[in-house]
Amino acid sequence: MVSKIVVGAHYGLKDWLLQRFTAAYMAAFSLVFAALLASRWPLDQQAWRALMEGGVMRFFAFIFILCLMVHAWVGVRDTWMDYVRPTGLTLAMHVLTALALTGYAGWALSILWRL
Amino acid sequence: MSTRTMQFRIYRYDPDKDEKPYMQDISVELDHHDRKLLDALVKLKAKDDTLSFRRSCREGVCGSDAMNINGKNGLACLTDIASLKQPVTLRPLPGLPVVRDLFVDMTQFFKQYHSIKPYLINNDPPPETERLQSPEERAELDGLYECILCACCTTACPSFWWNPDKYVGPAGLLQAYRFIADSRDQATSARLDDLEDPYRLFRCRSIMNCVDVCPKGLNPMRAIGKIKDAMTKRAV
Repeated sequence: MVSKIVVGAHYGLKDWLLQRFTAAYMAAFSLVFAALLASRWPLDQQAWRALMEGGVMRFFAFIFILCLMVHAWVGVRDTWMDYVRPTGLTLAMHVLTALALTGYAGWALSILWRL
Repeated sequence: MSTRTMQFRIYRYDPDKDEKPYMQDISVELDHHDRKLLDALVKLKAKDDTLSFRRSCREGVCGSDAMNINGKNGLACLTDIASLKQPVTLRPLPGLPVVRDLFVDMTQFFKQYHSIKPYLINNDPPPETERLQSPEERAELDGLYECILCACCTTACPSFWWNPDKYVGPAGLLQAYRFIADSRDQATSARLDDLEDPYRLFRCRSIMNCVDVCPKGLNPMRAIGKIKDAMTKRAV
């Protein structure tokens, strides 16, 4: 099977929906977060800690980080699919991207929750 | 009888003679009968019979004379000469291999079109007269069946330029929805299965070049959105 084009991976819809829902969540969170920051302005260390320490904020910030990683996963993976053509190399880039994003998620949460 | 001169810059390439493509500056005398770009091209062809381009019906029905006109895809037979800025730059449709001059090889375009099975699939025994539709069911096909497959939209789409072998393209997807929406078709689920792929449908990035260039005023983006709606309804 040298020249046959193979298509039909059934994850198009799932990824498309995920990218849109995560974008909508991040947009909404960003607006609310900006409003919260504005209401506490000028922001000092104490005010920042008080804002980020609450359970509700941790819950929504956790979802935000997850959404960011899922959104970035679909976007970056699509970029590799477009620009990196050899299958083995594309797969390797996918794995590296998934690992990097998982690491970034953990790192971001450890920073946020350490407060 | 008044005449006027029109200036053209035309992409020329004859693979048998030319090492690489070049732009030819050429002018032509037009009279008051010449209203469409195709009229001017026919006169140019009379002046230089080596110029190659497709044309047939000369009234926007066959879709043969699609080309890139001053940077935007369109049909020469529907383009008013008066609307064009001079020199009129003519190039072949982008993203398809050039056979000669303004003449492109549309094999890849039709391969994608055929891949969506552009025909009614109905396994019921054929009725004695015809398969009837209500006026509402018939109205679903408006804005879809009018496509003349000129390839203006698909060859204006960067997603098709990048993945012509995997992405169906706006013309093919418009036709895919034409059969998904048809009340007489029984293969809706199989058609959706065929498109639920990261390349075939979801390489559409809503750039909307297709809507901008369609010479028939159709909206492939809306059809693509409706296919996504149908898939979502099926999934949830």
